[in-house]
Amino acid sequence: MGNVGIVVVAHSRRLAEGVAELGRQMGVGEVRVEPAGGDVDGGLGTSIELVEQAVRAADQGAGVVLLADIGSSVLTAKTFIEDAEGEVVFADAPLVEGVVAAASAACGGADLQAVASAATEAYGFRKGTSSG
Amino acid sequence: MDPVLDMAAWIRHAAELVAADADRLTRLDAEIGDGDHGHNLNRGFTAAVAALPDSGPPGKILMAAGRAIVSKTGGASGPLYGTALRRAGKALGDAETVDAAALGAALRAALEGVQELGQAAAGDKTMVDALIPAVAAYDAAASDGIAAATRATAEAAAKGAEETIPLQARKGRASYLGPRSIGHEDPGASSTALILRALAEVAAS
Repeated sequence: MGNVGIVVVAHSRRLAEGVAELGRQMGVGEVRVEPAGGDVDGGLGTSIELVEQAVRAADQGAGVVLLADIGSSVLTAKTFIEDAEGEVVFADAPLVEGVVAAASAACGGADLQAVASAATEAYGFRKGTSSG
Repeated sequence: MDPVLDMAAWIRHAAELVAADADRLTRLDAEIGDGDHGHNLNRGFTAAVAALPDSGPPGKILMAAGRAIVSKTGGASGPLYGTALRRAGKALGDAETVDAAALGAALRAALEGVQELGQAAAGDKTMVDALIPAVAAYDAAASDGIAAATRATAEAAAKGAEETIPLQARKGRASYLGPRSIGHEDPGASSTALILRALAEVAAS
């Protein structure tokens, strides 16, 4: 059984691909991080079909964690999970930091819940106070 | 005895009303959202009509329509309306006909599905502000039969949609506008009222 896979659901194809690229780097080539960005025509939006394809591509038998950017991406990811067969969970997480945290955890062999938790805990990583 | 309520006719009529009002819904959405609601929903309901099975129990018809709406709508309204129809369909189960009590349970299941997915409460300026009074009005009138109850439902949904005008949005893109979201009808509440009007008109015919 391989590592937990990760799917990046975002409104823009390029946003999803860019975040997935960063995640793969953090997973040092041992974690499948797949993008599901934009609508089926390549425009801005979300598509449950693209989510389904990405989950299939990310699944190595240890389950898949979904992360989403905003609004309909979140709703589409959650709607997918309602019907999904197999181990697929949604992580309530910031997209970039969450994917980095999840890929790092998955690379170390963490299980599905631990990878999802690592993504959620990324909400706690501050970047300094707003006063600078 | 209620006449047989044809769920496929509801979806077809809802698609007609959405198509006729797509520009109005998109204009409402352009004021406080991202300006695509009417056209997204039109695409979703067009796909739902194409996905309607030729026959089968009413619950299965709603589930097929809901699946198509999730797949083809784009935007937040796809998962929300798709979930609403699928939960309603699931509540109806395999029953061959829909009585007043079953329709009430289906409407409540739809509301619960939307709230579970979208996490919106009353007063957040969303479709829930049309659905909550609509379901309550149905329950209050259910003993008068489906035609009367769905008429009360549609009226309550329209009133609920209108009452979103003075609200400040707490969900979606409109919530980033803060007080500037006040003074506009929520497009999701407006389309919910339209879809429930289609139900009442089909039930009355």
